[in-house]
Amino acid sequence: MSDLIVLAALLALGYFFGRYYEKKHYKSIIKREAEYRHIAAIASRIPPVSPTPLTSMLVTGSVVISVDYFKRFLASLRSVIGGKVVCYETLLDRARREAILRMKARANDSGADRIFNIKLETASISKNARGNIGSVEVLAYGTAFIPVDVPVKPQESSS
Amino acid sequence: MIVSNMEIIPGKHIKEHLGLVQGSTVRTKHVGRDILASLKNVFGGELRGYTELLHESREEAVSRMKQQAEAIGANAVLNVRFSTSSVTQGAAELFAYGTAVIME
Repeated sequence: MSDLIVLAALLALGYFFGRYYEKKHYKSIIKREAEYRHIAAIASRIPPVSPTPLTSMLVTGSVVISVDYFKRFLASLRSVIGGKVVCYETLLDRARREAILRMKARANDSGADRIFNIKLETASISKNARGNIGSVEVLAYGTAFIPVDVPVKPQESSS
Repeated sequence: MIVSNMEIIPGKHIKEHLGLVQGSTVRTKHVGRDILASLKNVFGGELRGYTELLHESREEAVSRMKQQAEAIGANAVLNVRFSTSSVTQGAAELFAYGTAVIME
């Protein structure tokens, strides 16, 4: 009986706090995505030829997000019948967007205006004994290009 | 030292190719962090301690990779890739590798 009460308490805690965190997080993601929209994040491998001088720099952004107890419970139920596990989808979506935002924030701090060759890396860390996912880490990295501020005469030294 | 995950850098060309360089580190946080993280597993949300841990370790891996590149006389590391794996509960291995080159 006491086990059931503990389980119910954990589920309730997970449900309310998890929902609260997720809403808050999505709100902040949407706000910051608008803020950093001026930095172009491009997954292409080869950058176009730039007429102005640039310096480059490796930028990374990473985040570790944990799933709450309620969602983990839901997912374990879901794995019995199979199908789409929506609660993990939002977890990964949040993690990826947050990682990209952090990478952009770092690029913004160093004055870059575009990031090329973006790679995303996902790792599930701290799995529990039953093999359920506890938390995921997402790393986003790319090469940021920073325009150099030296005034150049057009088409003289570069060609 | 230029570190980049692109294969080329606009406006520069590669003079010499020196092969693969790598750096890795395995790190763990103290027990307090692990306990906090397992509490966070109930509520959900970001595990700041672990984010910090992985970030620090990644910097370490990159700096070891740079050291190795410097030792063989490179001035740039291109096509850098990262990989993460959890070795045991609470410990993570961070691995960075790339191609060391001499650019002009």
